[in-house]
Amino acid sequence: MGRVLDIDALIGDPQTRIIVCCGAGGVGKTTTAAALGLRAAESGRRVVVLTIDPARRLAQSLGLTTLDNTPRPVADIDDTSGGSLDAMMLDMKRTFDEVVEAHSTPVKAEQILANPFYQAVSSSFAGTQEYMAMEKLGQLRLEADRDPDNPRWDLIVVDTPPSRSALDFLDAPKRLGSFLDGRFIRLLAAPAKAGGRAYLKVFSAGVNIVTKTLTKVLGGQMLSDVQTFVAALDTMFGGFRKRADHTFALLSDRTTTFIVVAAPERDALREASYFVDRLDEEEMPLAGLVINRMYRVSAPGLSAARALGAAEELGDEESGSSSDVTQGLLRMHAIQAEIADRHESLAKRFVAGHPGIPMVEVPAASGDIHDLVGLRAVGGALAGH
Amino acid sequence: MAPDAGSARDTDWDGVRLHIVTGKGGTGKTTVAAALALALAAEGRRVLLAEVEGRQGISQTFDVTPLGLTEVRVAHAANGGEVFGLSVDAKAALLEYLQMYYKLGRAGGVLEKFGAIDFATTIAPGVRDVLLTGKVYEAVRRPRDHRAKGPGAAPAYDAVVVDAPPTGRVVRFLNVNHEVADLARVGPIRSQANSITAMLKSPQTAVHLVTLLEEMPVQETVDTIAELRAVGMPIGGVVVNQVREEILTLDVLEAAARNAISREDVAADLKRVHVRATDAIVDGLLSEARDHAERVTLERTEAEVIAGLGRPTYRLPSLPEGVDANGIREMAETLMTQGMA
Repeated sequence: MGRVLDIDALIGDPQTRIIVCCGAGGVGKTTTAAALGLRAAESGRRVVVLTIDPARRLAQSLGLTTLDNTPRPVADIDDTSGGSLDAMMLDMKRTFDEVVEAHSTPVKAEQILANPFYQAVSSSFAGTQEYMAMEKLGQLRLEADRDPDNPRWDLIVVDTPPSRSALDFLDAPKRLGSFLDGRFIRLLAAPAKAGGRAYLKVFSAGVNIVTKTLTKVLGGQMLSDVQTFVAALDTMFGGFRKRADHTFALLSDRTTTFIVVAAPERDALREASYFVDRLDEEEMPLAGLVINRMYRVSAPGLSAARALGAAEELGDEESGSSSDVTQGLLRMHAIQAEIADRHESLAKRFVAGHPGIPMVEVPAASGDIHDLVGLRAVGGALAGH
Repeated sequence: MAPDAGSARDTDWDGVRLHIVTGKGGTGKTTVAAALALALAAEGRRVLLAEVEGRQGISQTFDVTPLGLTEVRVAHAANGGEVFGLSVDAKAALLEYLQMYYKLGRAGGVLEKFGAIDFATTIAPGVRDVLLTGKVYEAVRRPRDHRAKGPGAAPAYDAVVVDAPPTGRVVRFLNVNHEVADLARVGPIRSQANSITAMLKSPQTAVHLVTLLEEMPVQETVDTIAELRAVGMPIGGVVVNQVREEILTLDVLEAAARNAISREDVAADLKRVHVRATDAIVDGLLSEARDHAERVTLERTEAEVIAGLGRPTYRLPSLPEGVDANGIREMAETLMTQGMA
């Protein structure tokens, strides 16, 4: 076993201001984020948890019954240590709309909000969730810092979107940046700005080919929607870019820390591996790895092989009702011990491949987690209790 | 239509040529898609297994080198059957599409230089999904012999299996037409999206859902089936993955749940076969049985929910060794026995 991830030290450190939970889909990222937030709040931190797409009952346990894009206090937490817990679910369209409204004139904002291209981008485009999660994170941080003497929150816990790849979250600001700096955006913005094709001639010969092809492929109407959209957004692009850069910088700041969440399965651990390497490459601060749903047996002193052998011996005896029961228990134990061994060896292999990365294992619960009691138990397990 | 001459057995999905496999993250949809492809390839057929999220799950499942832009054989099936793998790339699909329909040549390079290709494949809404599903559409319709065209021509693949995005995103992914309808009211993107949607909604297609007997994956299965139904996508079967072998009888499970198993009897049995019957071990075994009983009860409830869906359901046993290439073959056999392929 390598180094242990000390969750209590992490959440107890006032220098820790942002915790980002990332990992493949289906590994229990949201549960981990919520459990961390609850534990931190009950130890005295003022916490806000930003979740992206929580399961219905988990959301209910956090009081997230309405989707209004604003952090709401979670009821029934133990606040004897002076902490508080707010939670919110990201509404990406609303977040995008708010950005538009905040950074353009009312007339322009109205134009943008009504543009069909904008409506599609803001509600369905495959990367919007990542951008908007970033945007929201930036906003929450600003809000938290508004009054340094009496901060509304001193810890933000973020659950990353269920992306195509866990890495999308990190790439979102850069991708937006390179698009905004790119030639293509200027090309799109140009005709609407200068009022026609004449202006384009000074650009380059390639422009004609591009515009012609785009018209051919996209159709003239879609192209003109795109152009109107880009032109309308043009004035706020600077702001977009600046904030995306700012949030990216925030992520590499030493008050931010990443927790990679995985399950003891080959695919989830592979994704975790990518993420760990990538964070390292970007020099992002990684606190460690959480392996959820580790199967554990309650009688670890009995090996799978020994249990199976004993069950067979009992099977050879004259059948009696109680030894049938014991036989069943032993066979069941053998199967569970085998799974537990496999999980353990997957975890060990990960540690061997990534020496020095602190890790904590959370045992599999026998039921689903959807209330504060369950989250508290997960929090305890995260802290090694 | 597809000649089904090779089919000696009756399966639940005769006539389906495009199998779309989805499921919540962590349910094993990639492995199930791989097993289904192998099962469909039995009896000498050619099957394409395509992934659309660039995860290289196929190459890892079959333990072959990462897939590039061409379709390569990743596995042999019974009687000369073959499974080909493809990791569909939006950019490559766009360039291929532009070349195929517009004979673009040099313009493709110019578009690339201007960032238009990146724009279309990563930023423009819906276009990426049109391209990814468009490539699948092309593979389903491709004739084996490119000179032979028309409805009578033998297809390049007898079946295409798609390892689709997870349940949370799959309906949006498949319902591309809806996505682009507001954007492209006319023009080639619109007509391409329309043709794709027509095929996806035809009886040639089935969307299968992979789940575990746990609350969240089952809930997502139920929700996704409702969403698929609402947009008119053909719903396929439900594959319950990682089903645990039932070891304890109902009586024992009930006794375990009620704490009614005799410690003394268990301890005596263990002693007889020379297992150290310490308190830790005896209590450990009983507590494992209790947890197990609790889990089994939850699983029963979830199994009832799945049964209530009224869809053909397949059960794949949990493989204690984990899933490797042999495990996939075992799963393929099981799917065949149960009539999925």
